[in-house]
Amino acid sequence: MAEEKVIKFIIKRQDNPDSASYEETFEIPYRTNMNVISALMEIRRNPVNGQGEKTTPVTWEMGCLEEVCGACSMVINGKPRQSCTALVDKLEQPIRLEPMATFPVVRDLQVDRSRMFDALKKVKAWIPIDGTYDLGPGPRMPEKKRQWAYELSKCMTCGVCLEACPNVNDKSDFIGPAPLSQVRLFNAHPTGEMNKSERLDALMGDGGLASCGNSQNCVQSCPKGIPLTTSIAALNRDTSLQSFRNFFGSDYQ
Amino acid sequence: MADNRDFALRRLHSLLGVIPIGLFLLQHLTVNHFATRGRDSFNAAAHFMESLPYRYLLEIFIIFLPIIFHAVFGLYITFQARNNVSRYGYLRNWMFLLQRITGIITLIFISWHVWETRLAAALFGSEVNFNMMEEILDNPLMVGIYVVGVLSTIFHFSNGLWSFLVSWGFTITPRSQKIATYVTIGIFFVVSIIGLRSIYAFVYPEWFAFATNNLAIL
Repeated sequence: MAEEKVIKFIIKRQDNPDSASYEETFEIPYRTNMNVISALMEIRRNPVNGQGEKTTPVTWEMGCLEEVCGACSMVINGKPRQSCTALVDKLEQPIRLEPMATFPVVRDLQVDRSRMFDALKKVKAWIPIDGTYDLGPGPRMPEKKRQWAYELSKCMTCGVCLEACPNVNDKSDFIGPAPLSQVRLFNAHPTGEMNKSERLDALMGDGGLASCGNSQNCVQSCPKGIPLTTSIAALNRDTSLQSFRNFFGSDYQ
Repeated sequence: MADNRDFALRRLHSLLGVIPIGLFLLQHLTVNHFATRGRDSFNAAAHFMESLPYRYLLEIFIIFLPIIFHAVFGLYITFQARNNVSRYGYLRNWMFLLQRITGIITLIFISWHVWETRLAAALFGSEVNFNMMEEILDNPLMVGIYVVGVLSTIFHFSNGLWSFLVSWGFTITPRSQKIATYVTIGIFFVVSIIGLRSIYAFVYPEWFAFATNNLAIL
Protein backbone atom coordinates (compact mmCIF):
# COMPACT_ATOMS: atom_id res chain seq x y z
CA MET A 1 0.00 0.00 0.00
CA ALA A 2 1.17 3.50 -0.80
CA GLU A 3 1.94 5.72 2.13
CA GLU A 4 -0.88 8.11 2.95
CA LYS A 5 -0.29 11.49 1.30
CA VAL A 6 -0.24 14.55 3.54
CA ILE A 7 -0.34 18.28 2.88
CA LYS A 8 2.06 20.46 4.86
CA PHE A 9 1.07 23.91 6.01
CA ILE A 10 3.10 26.61 7.77
CA ILE A 11 0.63 29.09 9.21
CA LYS A 12 1.45 32.45 10.77
CA ARG A 13 -0.76 32.73 13.81
CA GLN A 14 -1.64 35.46 16.27
CA ASP A 15 -3.90 34.89 19.28
CA ASN A 16 -5.31 38.40 19.58
CA PRO A 17 -4.85 41.84 17.98
CA ASP A 18 -2.10 42.86 20.43
CA SER A 19 -0.12 39.67 20.90
CA ALA A 20 2.99 38.60 19.00
CA SER A 21 2.69 36.35 15.98
CA TYR A 22 4.20 32.87 15.74
CA GLU A 23 4.38 30.08 13.19
CA GLU A 24 2.74 26.72 13.52
CA THR A 25 3.01 23.78 11.13
CA PHE A 26 0.20 21.40 10.26
CA GLU A 27 0.04 18.15 8.34
CA ILE A 28 -3.33 17.07 7.10
CA PRO A 29 -4.39 14.05 5.06
CA TYR A 30 -4.62 14.68 1.32
CA ARG A 31 -7.91 14.52 -0.54
CA THR A 32 -8.38 15.32 -4.21
CA ASN A 33 -9.54 18.77 -5.32
CA MET A 34 -8.90 20.48 -2.00
CA ASN A 35 -8.66 24.24 -1.72
CA VAL A 36 -6.97 26.12 1.12
CA ILE A 37 -10.31 26.62 2.86
CA SER A 38 -11.21 22.91 2.90
CA ALA A 39 -7.73 22.29 4.35
CA LEU A 40 -8.36 24.92 7.05
CA MET A 41 -11.70 23.22 7.77
CA GLU A 42 -9.81 19.95 8.22
CA ILE A 43 -7.53 21.68 10.77
CA ARG A 44 -10.60 23.07 12.53
CA ARG A 45 -12.11 19.55 12.68
CA ASN A 46 -8.94 18.11 14.20
CA PRO A 47 -6.72 20.91 15.59
CA VAL A 48 -3.45 19.00 16.02
CA ASN A 49 -0.19 20.61 14.86
CA GLY A 50 2.79 19.06 13.07
CA GLN A 51 4.35 17.96 16.38
CA GLY A 52 1.17 16.00 17.17
CA GLU A 53 0.16 18.44 19.92
CA LYS A 54 -3.40 19.59 20.39
CA THR A 55 -3.77 23.28 19.55
CA THR A 56 -6.47 25.87 18.96
CA PRO A 57 -8.19 25.80 15.55
CA VAL A 58 -6.90 28.37 13.05
CA THR A 59 -9.27 31.33 12.58
CA TRP A 60 -10.00 32.72 9.13
CA GLU A 61 -12.80 34.61 7.43
CA MET A 62 -14.88 33.37 4.52
CA GLY A 63 -18.16 34.04 2.80
CA CYS A 64 -19.20 33.10 -0.71
CA LEU A 65 -16.53 30.46 -1.49
CA GLU A 66 -16.62 31.49 -5.16
CA GLU A 67 -14.30 34.53 -5.26
CA VAL A 68 -16.90 37.26 -5.32
CA CYS A 69 -17.10 38.38 -1.66
CA GLY A 70 -13.42 39.07 -0.95
CA ALA A 71 -13.59 37.96 2.69
CA CYS A 72 -11.16 35.04 2.56
CA SER A 73 -8.12 36.98 1.26
CA MET A 74 -4.79 35.98 2.80
CA VAL A 75 -1.15 35.76 1.78
CA ILE A 76 -0.61 32.29 0.29
CA ASN A 77 3.00 31.36 -0.54
CA GLY A 78 3.92 35.04 -0.57
CA LYS A 79 1.09 36.32 -2.76
CA PRO A 80 -2.16 37.84 -1.50
CA ARG A 81 -5.20 36.05 -2.97
CA GLN A 82 -8.49 34.44 -2.06
CA SER A 83 -8.10 31.16 -0.20
CA CYS A 84 -11.31 29.76 -1.76
CA THR A 85 -9.79 29.69 -5.25
CA ALA A 86 -6.32 28.65 -4.06
CA LEU A 87 -6.29 24.97 -5.08
CA VAL A 88 -3.93 22.78 -3.05
CA ASP A 89 -2.90 20.77 -6.13
CA LYS A 90 -1.58 23.94 -7.76
CA LEU A 91 0.41 25.16 -4.74
CA GLU A 92 3.99 24.43 -3.83
CA GLN A 93 4.39 22.67 -0.48
CA PRO A 94 4.77 23.44 2.36
CA ILE A 95 1.94 25.90 1.82
CA ARG A 96 2.62 29.11 3.75
CA LEU A 97 -0.40 31.05 4.99
CA GLU A 98 -0.12 34.54 6.50
CA PRO A 99 -2.65 37.27 7.22
CA MET A 100 -2.43 40.33 4.93
CA ALA A 101 0.09 42.68 6.57
CA THR A 102 -1.67 45.87 5.47
CA PHE A 103 -4.59 45.30 7.81
CA PRO A 104 -4.81 44.89 11.58
CA VAL A 105 -5.02 41.21 12.54
CA VAL A 106 -8.12 40.16 14.46
CA ARG A 107 -6.92 36.62 15.01
CA ASP A 108 -4.70 34.24 13.01
CA LEU A 109 -5.60 34.75 9.33
CA GLN A 110 -8.57 37.01 9.98
CA VAL A 111 -7.95 40.71 9.39
CA ASP A 112 -10.01 43.87 9.83
CA ARG A 113 -10.62 45.53 6.45
CA SER A 114 -12.56 48.48 7.89
CA ARG A 115 -10.14 51.00 6.40
CA MET A 116 -11.34 50.06 2.92
CA PHE A 117 -14.98 50.68 3.80
CA ASP A 118 -14.02 53.96 5.52
CA ALA A 119 -12.17 54.97 2.34
CA LEU A 120 -15.28 54.26 0.23
CA LYS A 121 -17.22 56.62 2.51
CA LYS A 122 -14.46 59.20 2.26
CA VAL A 123 -14.59 59.31 -1.55
CA LYS A 124 -18.43 59.18 -1.64
CA ALA A 125 -18.53 55.92 -3.56
CA TRP A 126 -22.32 55.85 -3.94
CA ILE A 127 -25.02 57.56 -6.00
CA PRO A 128 -27.20 59.93 -3.97
CA ILE A 129 -30.80 59.53 -5.15
CA ASP A 130 -32.70 60.08 -1.91
CA GLY A 131 -35.04 63.07 -1.88
CA THR A 132 -38.35 64.26 -0.48
CA TYR A 133 -40.20 63.19 -3.62
CA ASP A 134 -39.85 60.63 -6.39
CA LEU A 135 -37.22 61.97 -8.77
CA GLY A 136 -38.38 59.68 -11.58
CA PRO A 137 -36.12 57.54 -13.76
CA GLY A 138 -32.54 58.70 -14.28
CA PRO A 139 -30.80 59.10 -17.64
CA ARG A 140 -30.23 55.89 -19.56
CA MET A 141 -26.80 54.34 -19.83
CA PRO A 142 -25.54 53.13 -23.21
CA GLU A 143 -25.20 49.34 -23.20
CA LYS A 144 -21.58 49.50 -24.32
CA LYS A 145 -20.70 51.77 -21.41
CA ARG A 146 -22.62 49.53 -19.01
CA GLN A 147 -20.54 46.55 -20.07
CA TRP A 148 -17.37 48.57 -19.56
CA ALA A 149 -18.51 49.84 -16.14
CA TYR A 150 -19.42 46.28 -15.10
CA GLU A 151 -15.72 45.42 -15.07
CA LEU A 152 -15.06 48.19 -12.54
CA SER A 153 -18.03 47.07 -10.45
CA LYS A 154 -16.43 43.64 -9.92
CA CYS A 155 -14.36 45.07 -7.04
CA MET A 156 -15.06 43.06 -3.88
CA THR A 157 -12.93 45.17 -1.47
CA CYS A 158 -10.81 42.07 -0.88
CA GLY A 159 -7.73 44.14 -0.02
CA VAL A 160 -5.27 42.38 -2.34
CA CYS A 161 -4.37 45.59 -4.21
CA LEU A 162 -3.71 47.42 -0.94
CA GLU A 163 -1.53 44.55 0.26
CA ALA A 164 0.50 44.65 -2.99
CA CYS A 165 0.94 48.45 -3.03
CA PRO A 166 4.28 49.72 -1.66
CA ASN A 167 2.67 53.06 -0.80
CA VAL A 168 -0.11 51.61 1.34
CA ASN A 169 1.57 51.06 4.70
CA ASP A 170 1.85 52.22 8.29
CA LYS A 171 3.95 55.27 7.28
CA SER A 172 1.40 56.67 4.83
CA ASP A 173 -2.32 57.48 4.88
CA PHE A 174 -2.85 56.42 1.23
CA ILE A 175 -6.32 54.89 0.84
CA GLY A 176 -5.09 52.53 -1.90
CA PRO A 177 -6.18 51.62 -5.44
CA ALA A 178 -9.58 49.97 -4.83
CA PRO A 179 -11.52 53.05 -3.60
CA LEU A 180 -9.91 55.20 -6.31
CA SER A 181 -11.25 52.95 -9.04
CA GLN A 182 -14.71 53.04 -7.43
CA VAL A 183 -14.75 56.82 -7.94
CA ARG A 184 -14.27 56.21 -11.64
CA LEU A 185 -17.15 53.70 -11.61
CA PHE A 186 -19.58 56.09 -9.92
CA ASN A 187 -18.41 59.09 -11.96
CA ALA A 188 -19.07 57.09 -15.13
CA HIS A 189 -22.68 56.38 -14.14
CA PRO A 190 -25.12 58.85 -15.81
CA THR A 191 -26.75 59.69 -12.47
CA GLY A 192 -23.55 59.42 -10.42
CA GLU A 193 -21.90 61.83 -12.84
CA MET A 194 -24.06 64.61 -11.38
CA ASN A 195 -21.88 64.54 -8.24
CA LYS A 196 -18.62 64.00 -10.09
CA SER A 197 -16.84 67.08 -8.71
CA GLU A 198 -17.60 66.15 -5.08
CA ARG A 199 -15.86 62.79 -5.51
CA LEU A 200 -12.92 64.35 -7.31
CA ASP A 201 -12.54 66.92 -4.52
CA ALA A 202 -12.50 64.08 -1.99
CA LEU A 203 -9.82 62.30 -4.05
CA MET A 204 -7.65 65.41 -3.90
CA GLY A 205 -7.62 65.26 -0.10
CA ASP A 206 -4.84 63.82 2.07
CA GLY A 207 -4.03 60.18 1.40
CA GLY A 208 -5.95 60.37 -1.87
CA LEU A 209 -5.06 59.91 -5.52
CA ALA A 210 -1.76 61.84 -5.45
CA SER A 211 -0.22 59.30 -3.04
CA CYS A 212 -0.05 56.76 -5.88
CA GLY A 213 3.58 56.11 -6.91
CA ASN A 214 2.79 54.15 -10.11
CA SER A 215 4.39 50.87 -9.05
CA GLN A 216 1.38 49.24 -10.77
CA ASN A 217 1.49 46.17 -8.50
CA CYS A 218 -2.26 46.61 -7.98
CA VAL A 219 -3.28 45.89 -11.55
CA GLN A 220 -0.95 42.86 -11.64
CA SER A 221 -2.44 41.50 -8.41
CA CYS A 222 -6.19 42.20 -8.73
CA PRO A 223 -8.00 38.82 -8.76
CA LYS A 224 -10.86 40.37 -10.75
CA GLY A 225 -8.61 41.88 -13.42
CA ILE A 226 -9.92 45.40 -12.78
CA PRO A 227 -7.94 47.98 -14.82
CA LEU A 228 -6.89 49.82 -11.64
CA THR A 229 -3.97 51.74 -13.13
CA THR A 230 -6.10 52.87 -16.08
CA SER A 231 -8.65 54.16 -13.56
CA ILE A 232 -5.93 55.94 -11.61
CA ALA A 233 -4.48 57.62 -14.72
CA ALA A 234 -7.96 58.63 -15.91
CA LEU A 235 -8.68 60.14 -12.49
CA ASN A 236 -5.31 61.92 -12.64
CA ARG A 237 -6.57 63.62 -15.79
CA ASP A 238 -9.97 64.40 -14.20
CA THR A 239 -8.40 65.84 -11.05
CA SER A 240 -5.93 67.90 -13.13
CA LEU A 241 -8.88 69.57 -14.83
CA GLN A 242 -10.90 69.77 -11.60
CA SER A 243 -8.00 71.43 -9.76
CA PHE A 244 -7.77 74.07 -12.51
CA ARG A 245 -11.51 74.67 -12.18
CA ASN A 246 -11.23 74.94 -8.41
CA PHE A 247 -8.26 77.29 -8.60
CA PHE A 248 -9.23 79.59 -11.44
CA GLY A 249 -12.99 79.28 -11.08
CA SER A 250 -15.36 77.98 -13.70
CA ASP A 251 -18.74 78.90 -15.16
CA TYR A 252 -20.06 75.48 -14.15
CA GLN A 253 -19.51 73.10 -11.21
CA MET B 1 -7.99 74.30 0.12
CA ALA B 2 -6.01 73.36 3.22
CA ASP B 3 -6.59 69.62 2.87
CA ASN B 4 -5.55 69.76 -0.80
CA ARG B 5 -2.02 70.72 0.19
CA ASP B 6 -0.57 67.26 -0.27
CA PHE B 7 -2.20 66.96 -3.71
CA ALA B 8 -0.83 70.36 -4.77
CA LEU B 9 2.67 69.61 -3.44
CA ARG B 10 2.82 66.24 -5.20
CA ARG B 11 1.69 67.69 -8.50
CA LEU B 12 4.22 70.51 -8.08
CA HIS B 13 6.92 67.93 -7.36
CA SER B 14 6.01 66.05 -10.55
CA LEU B 15 5.88 69.23 -12.65
CA LEU B 16 9.15 70.70 -11.38
CA GLY B 17 10.99 67.48 -12.21
CA VAL B 18 10.26 68.10 -15.90
CA ILE B 19 9.87 71.88 -16.02
CA PRO B 20 12.32 73.41 -15.28
CA ILE B 21 14.67 70.75 -13.84
CA GLY B 22 14.42 68.26 -16.72
CA LEU B 23 14.81 70.98 -19.32
CA PHE B 24 17.77 72.40 -17.42
CA LEU B 25 19.38 68.94 -17.36
CA LEU B 26 19.10 68.64 -21.15
CA GLN B 27 20.46 72.17 -21.62
CA HIS B 28 23.32 71.49 -19.19
CA LEU B 29 24.31 68.24 -20.91
CA THR B 30 24.11 69.93 -24.31
CA VAL B 31 26.44 72.74 -23.22
CA ASN B 32 28.79 70.15 -21.69
CA HIS B 33 28.79 68.29 -24.99
CA PHE B 34 30.79 71.17 -26.48
CA ALA B 35 33.72 69.54 -24.66
CA THR B 36 33.77 66.86 -27.38
CA ARG B 37 34.72 69.60 -29.87
CA GLY B 38 37.75 70.59 -27.88
CA ARG B 39 38.99 72.84 -25.14
CA ASP B 40 38.17 76.17 -26.82
CA SER B 41 34.63 75.21 -27.83
CA PHE B 42 33.80 74.15 -24.28
CA ASN B 43 35.34 77.27 -22.73
CA ALA B 44 33.41 79.50 -25.13
CA ALA B 45 30.11 77.70 -24.35
CA ALA B 46 30.75 77.81 -20.58
CA HIS B 47 31.65 81.46 -20.82
CA PHE B 48 28.46 82.19 -22.78
CA MET B 49 26.35 80.53 -20.04
CA GLU B 50 28.23 82.43 -17.35
CA SER B 51 27.62 85.74 -19.04
CA LEU B 52 23.85 85.31 -19.51
CA PRO B 53 21.91 88.37 -18.30
CA TYR B 54 20.32 88.24 -14.80
CA ARG B 55 22.33 85.06 -14.24
CA TYR B 56 21.70 84.83 -10.48
CA LEU B 57 17.93 85.06 -10.93
CA LEU B 58 18.05 82.31 -13.55
CA GLU B 59 20.16 80.14 -11.25
CA ILE B 60 17.95 80.69 -8.22
CA PHE B 61 14.53 80.29 -9.83
CA ILE B 62 15.26 77.80 -12.60
CA ILE B 63 17.87 75.67 -10.85
CA PHE B 64 18.34 75.99 -7.09
CA LEU B 65 14.84 76.50 -5.67
CA PRO B 66 13.10 73.89 -7.89
CA ILE B 67 15.83 71.31 -7.19
CA ILE B 68 15.79 71.95 -3.44
CA PHE B 69 12.00 71.53 -3.30
CA HIS B 70 12.07 68.46 -5.58
CA ALA B 71 14.82 66.90 -3.44
CA VAL B 72 13.28 67.55 -0.03
CA PHE B 73 9.79 66.48 -1.03
CA GLY B 74 11.26 63.55 -2.96
CA LEU B 75 13.00 62.29 0.18
CA TYR B 76 9.68 62.50 2.03
CA ILE B 77 8.00 60.42 -0.72
CA THR B 78 10.90 57.95 -0.81
CA PHE B 79 10.78 57.17 2.90
CA GLN B 80 7.00 56.71 2.83
CA ALA B 81 7.27 53.60 0.67
CA ARG B 82 7.79 50.05 1.88
CA ASN B 83 9.41 48.50 -1.15
CA ASN B 84 8.39 44.97 -2.03
CA VAL B 85 10.16 43.93 -5.24
CA SER B 86 11.12 40.58 -3.71
CA ARG B 87 7.43 39.64 -3.60
CA TYR B 88 6.22 41.61 -6.60
CA GLY B 89 9.06 41.59 -9.14
CA TYR B 90 7.16 43.36 -11.92
CA LEU B 91 8.92 45.83 -14.24
CA ARG B 92 7.05 48.88 -12.98
CA ASN B 93 7.65 47.94 -9.33
CA TRP B 94 11.38 47.75 -10.06
CA MET B 95 11.18 51.13 -11.79
CA PHE B 96 9.37 52.47 -8.69
CA LEU B 97 12.26 51.27 -6.50
CA LEU B 98 14.97 52.42 -8.93
CA GLN B 99 13.34 55.85 -9.18
CA ARG B 100 13.79 56.21 -5.42
CA ILE B 101 17.34 54.81 -5.35
CA THR B 102 18.50 56.96 -8.28
CA GLY B 103 16.80 59.95 -6.66
CA ILE B 104 18.99 59.59 -3.58
CA ILE B 105 22.18 58.91 -5.59
CA THR B 106 21.38 61.92 -7.79
CA LEU B 107 20.80 64.15 -4.76
CA ILE B 108 24.17 63.22 -3.26
CA PHE B 109 25.94 63.57 -6.63
CA ILE B 110 24.34 66.91 -7.49
CA SER B 111 24.96 68.44 -4.04
CA TRP B 112 28.63 67.58 -4.31
CA HIS B 113 28.83 68.56 -8.01
CA VAL B 114 27.25 71.98 -7.31
CA TRP B 115 29.60 72.55 -4.40
CA GLU B 116 32.69 71.60 -6.39
CA THR B 117 31.98 73.29 -9.70
CA ARG B 118 29.81 76.23 -8.67
CA LEU B 119 29.88 77.24 -4.98
CA ALA B 120 33.49 76.40 -4.14
CA ALA B 121 34.61 77.84 -7.48
CA ALA B 122 32.73 81.07 -6.73
CA LEU B 123 34.01 81.27 -3.13
CA PHE B 124 37.64 80.69 -3.98
CA GLY B 125 37.50 82.53 -7.30
CA SER B 126 38.63 79.65 -9.51
CA GLU B 127 37.57 79.67 -13.15
CA VAL B 128 35.04 77.08 -14.35
CA ASN B 129 36.55 75.77 -17.55
CA PHE B 130 37.88 72.73 -19.39
CA ASN B 131 41.00 72.62 -17.18
CA MET B 132 38.90 72.41 -14.04
CA MET B 133 36.92 69.41 -15.28
CA GLU B 134 40.08 67.80 -16.65
CA GLU B 135 41.67 68.05 -13.18
CA ILE B 136 38.55 66.73 -11.44
CA LEU B 137 38.37 63.76 -13.81
CA ASP B 138 42.08 62.89 -13.77
CA ASN B 139 41.63 59.62 -11.86
CA PRO B 140 39.49 56.53 -12.51
CA LEU B 141 37.62 56.85 -9.20
CA MET B 142 36.28 60.29 -10.06
CA VAL B 143 35.41 59.18 -13.58
CA GLY B 144 33.49 56.27 -12.03
CA ILE B 145 31.64 58.57 -9.64
CA TYR B 146 30.74 60.91 -12.49
CA VAL B 147 29.53 58.07 -14.72
CA VAL B 148 27.31 56.67 -11.94
CA GLY B 149 26.05 60.14 -10.96
CA VAL B 150 25.24 61.20 -14.52
CA LEU B 151 23.58 57.89 -15.49
CA SER B 152 21.56 57.93 -12.27
CA THR B 153 20.40 61.49 -12.99
CA ILE B 154 19.41 60.60 -16.54
CA PHE B 155 17.55 57.47 -15.41
CA HIS B 156 15.70 59.48 -12.79
CA PHE B 157 14.76 62.05 -15.43
CA SER B 158 13.64 59.50 -18.06
CA ASN B 159 11.60 57.35 -15.72
CA GLY B 160 10.28 60.47 -14.00
CA LEU B 161 9.05 61.66 -17.37
CA TRP B 162 7.07 58.42 -17.67
CA SER B 163 5.38 58.92 -14.31
CA PHE B 164 4.86 62.63 -15.03
CA LEU B 165 2.80 61.58 -18.06
CA VAL B 166 0.68 59.28 -15.86
CA SER B 167 0.42 61.64 -12.88
CA TRP B 168 -0.99 64.48 -14.96
CA GLY B 169 -3.27 62.20 -16.96
CA PHE B 170 -1.55 62.38 -20.36
CA THR B 171 -1.09 58.62 -20.73
CA ILE B 172 -4.13 56.73 -19.49
CA THR B 173 -4.51 53.45 -21.36
CA PRO B 174 -2.10 50.52 -20.94
CA ARG B 175 -1.09 50.90 -24.60
CA SER B 176 -0.22 54.57 -24.26
CA GLN B 177 1.73 53.84 -21.08
CA LYS B 178 3.60 51.04 -22.84
CA ILE B 179 4.52 53.35 -25.72
CA ALA B 180 5.67 55.93 -23.15
CA THR B 181 7.85 53.20 -21.59
CA TYR B 182 9.59 52.58 -24.93
CA VAL B 183 9.95 56.31 -25.63
CA THR B 184 11.45 57.03 -22.19
CA ILE B 185 13.84 54.07 -22.53
CA GLY B 186 14.92 55.64 -25.83
CA ILE B 187 15.37 59.02 -24.13
CA PHE B 188 17.48 57.35 -21.43
CA PHE B 189 19.88 55.86 -23.97
CA VAL B 190 20.16 58.95 -26.18
CA VAL B 191 20.72 61.35 -23.27
CA SER B 192 23.14 58.86 -21.66
CA ILE B 193 25.29 58.86 -24.81
CA ILE B 194 25.37 62.66 -24.70
CA GLY B 195 26.30 62.66 -21.00
CA LEU B 196 28.96 59.94 -21.26
CA ARG B 197 30.56 61.53 -24.32
CA SER B 198 30.90 64.79 -22.38
CA ILE B 199 32.55 63.04 -19.42
CA TYR B 200 35.02 61.15 -21.59
CA ALA B 201 35.81 64.30 -23.59
CA PHE B 202 37.55 65.58 -20.44
CA VAL B 203 39.31 62.26 -19.89
CA TYR B 204 40.53 61.61 -23.45
CA PRO B 205 40.63 65.04 -25.18
CA GLU B 206 43.09 63.82 -27.84
CA TRP B 207 40.83 60.96 -28.86
CA PHE B 208 37.85 63.29 -29.28
CA ALA B 209 39.95 65.79 -31.24
CA PHE B 210 40.90 62.97 -33.59
CA ALA B 211 37.30 61.79 -33.90
CA THR B 212 35.95 65.27 -34.58
CA ASN B 213 38.48 65.84 -37.31
CA ASN B 214 37.78 62.55 -39.03
CA LEU B 215 34.07 61.85 -38.44
CA ALA B 216 32.05 64.75 -39.72
CA ILE B 217 28.70 63.86 -38.06
CA LEU B 218 30.05 64.32 -34.53
